[in-house]
Amino acid sequence: MFIRHEWFEKNALLLLIGSLLTISIGGIVEIVPLFTIETTVEHVEGMRPYSPLELRGRDIYVREGCYLCHSQQIRTLRDEVERYGHYSIAAESMYDHPFQWGSKRIGPDLARVGGKYSNDWHYAHLKNAQSLVPESLMPHYAFLAETPLQTDDIQERMRTLRTLGTPYTDEDIANAKADLLTQADPAADNAKLVGRYPKAIEASGDGKTVTEADALVAYLQMLGTLVNFADTNTERLRQ
Amino acid sequence: MSSNALAARPVIYNDEVVKKFVIAAVFWAIIAFGLGVYIASELAWPSLNLGLSFTNFGRLRPVHTSAAVFAFGGSALIGTSLYVVQRTCHARLWGGAALANFIFWGYQFFIVMAALSYVMGYSQGREYAEPEWHIDLWLTVVWVLYLLVFLGTLIKRNEPHIYVANWFYLAFIITIAVLHVVNNAALPISWYSAKSYGAYTGVQDALVQWWYGHNAVGFFLTAGFLGMMYYFIPKAAGRPVYSYRLSIVHFWTLIFMYIWAGPHHLHWTSLPDWTQTLGMAFSIMLWMPSWGGMINGLMTLSGAWDKLRTDPGLRFSVTAVGFYGMSTFEGPVMSVREVNALSHYTDWTIGHVHSGALGWVAFISFGALYYLVPVLWNRKALYSNRLASWHYWIATLGIVFYIVSMWVAGIMEGLMWRAYDKFGFLQYSFVESVIAIHPFMVIRMLGGVFFLLGGIIMAYNLRKTVTSPTTEQPRQGLETPLGGFAVAGE
Repeated sequence: MFIRHEWFEKNALLLLIGSLLTISIGGIVEIVPLFTIETTVEHVEGMRPYSPLELRGRDIYVREGCYLCHSQQIRTLRDEVERYGHYSIAAESMYDHPFQWGSKRIGPDLARVGGKYSNDWHYAHLKNAQSLVPESLMPHYAFLAETPLQTDDIQERMRTLRTLGTPYTDEDIANAKADLLTQADPAADNAKLVGRYPKAIEASGDGKTVTEADALVAYLQMLGTLVNFADTNTERLRQ
Repeated sequence: MSSNALAARPVIYNDEVVKKFVIAAVFWAIIAFGLGVYIASELAWPSLNLGLSFTNFGRLRPVHTSAAVFAFGGSALIGTSLYVVQRTCHARLWGGAALANFIFWGYQFFIVMAALSYVMGYSQGREYAEPEWHIDLWLTVVWVLYLLVFLGTLIKRNEPHIYVANWFYLAFIITIAVLHVVNNAALPISWYSAKSYGAYTGVQDALVQWWYGHNAVGFFLTAGFLGMMYYFIPKAAGRPVYSYRLSIVHFWTLIFMYIWAGPHHLHWTSLPDWTQTLGMAFSIMLWMPSWGGMINGLMTLSGAWDKLRTDPGLRFSVTAVGFYGMSTFEGPVMSVREVNALSHYTDWTIGHVHSGALGWVAFISFGALYYLVPVLWNRKALYSNRLASWHYWIATLGIVFYIVSMWVAGIMEGLMWRAYDKFGFLQYSFVESVIAIHPFMVIRMLGGVFFLLGGIIMAYNLRKTVTSPTTEQPRQGLETPLGGFAVAGE
């Protein structure tokens, strides 16, 4: 043997460096290629950054720890695809800081919950889940509809995400506040909003105060709706 | 080196900081178990969420996990590591008392800040790495200082070899530093805001997070506590470590293989197949070094098994190694894709985590605490071996309730979600599985109550050990103020 274990046992720095090298290998081999292999994230039509209101809704989803009970990742298993819809693909979380795939289903998967229920259902369900699903374990989130959404830092949030790689344009950021208000108000003209953020769903706010519930509902209603799987074949989804 | 002259002098160890960590570990244990019982009750009776933002499950669960892993486990780990490194190096802590104190208070400050931030609605949304960027930075400072103190003490040791327990403690400290810094890379939305966005997205983020998450298990909850095992079991049993060669082999293989295992948390997901397969292969191989550690711990008892009857602390340590062996067998099984298809997203995972957290991490810590308190406070024995035995049995029963109910609930969920009726339709709606597991949520909560009761008994017993007149040491004939001696290595 060229290496004698005695060296490590008698030299603390050598032990430290030896351990550091040993624990580095696995992480480097597994993680680095995910950033360099181009097919890791599939090329599909339809993915876009979150609209300002959806982004704020997502922040609330993260804040409340929704991911601790709801996954956002439909696995490539027959029963999951039948229960929740097309299996999740990597491209669908390409703008997610952080990813929210979750690890436990105390409630159902939400990767494709968008469009499955009406806005009214979501508002009522957030307020009191047991009023719609009596056996549900979900806490009440009535306070969301009573809390005005903090909107004054929306541009800072989008600029930060742009620095991290989300392709928000100058125009997106300049119009952030207007887009946010438009999406919260069902009476507002949403042509420009949908131009910038195709398929954006309007929340059912009262047109006066934007609440945290409006943002969360806008986010939930777009989950899993962006990629049109009818136009995509398995060849294009191959990683 | 005039090492002979040094070795002749008594070394005065810094035990004050160890005492503080011991008290903190007992305190946080009660908090962590209590919170666990509360959130388990929320899952049995959801009205206990109270509809308030800060009492809802989503905000309280990170408080429970952080209290268990970082507050209780972390305090036990840092405290014992600072005790063990001084004893096995025959040297006082490097860096002086003030630095050691700073590590203690700095770490406790981190815990309190993290817990408050979760209930106030600040979270990075990453499991076991929920604290926001400013708290992460603070922990980084404290952790680097901890590394320096530990390493400095190793370097100035008065023993020729670095004892095996310290290899594990050192690997734990350095790996946690790497994991923490890489996983928490984030950009705050402004320097005045607690909100940040993580540096990675989607699939890459998922793997970075589970590389972190699984190795928080591998290095915080395994390597660190193996260090604890390698000191306190031989000490309490009065026997040398069973196999020195085995400890070398399983140390290097364990730290090499653990780091690869993260992808088994992402089977059948959008993570590329090659990564999943690598994670699965290494997870299965990991069974061997894990059992190497178990065998080395258990076989150290050779010739001293009778002590299990008389030393309740040792009974905790040995049972812990048994649970370690069990959960490190269960883990590789669950990492197999086909098994994971059933077990993932279910309560089976929760049961698996707790057989490790309660059976291994908490029990090995209890063993160390029962050993340390009489030694640190200079008492002749524990206040009551009988109470410690009560703690042992009530806690063991609690774990059995917990694990078995979660096995049943988890496998039932997995089977119900994939069940088809005779027409080829999914047989159950999601909420039917929620209804079906309700009894097991109640049993799990009861298991937690037992475990909490055991913890309270321990806290009482340790408190009385320190304060009761019955445990006082008989007076020594010669009372020399130790402070008169020069401190070795200073």
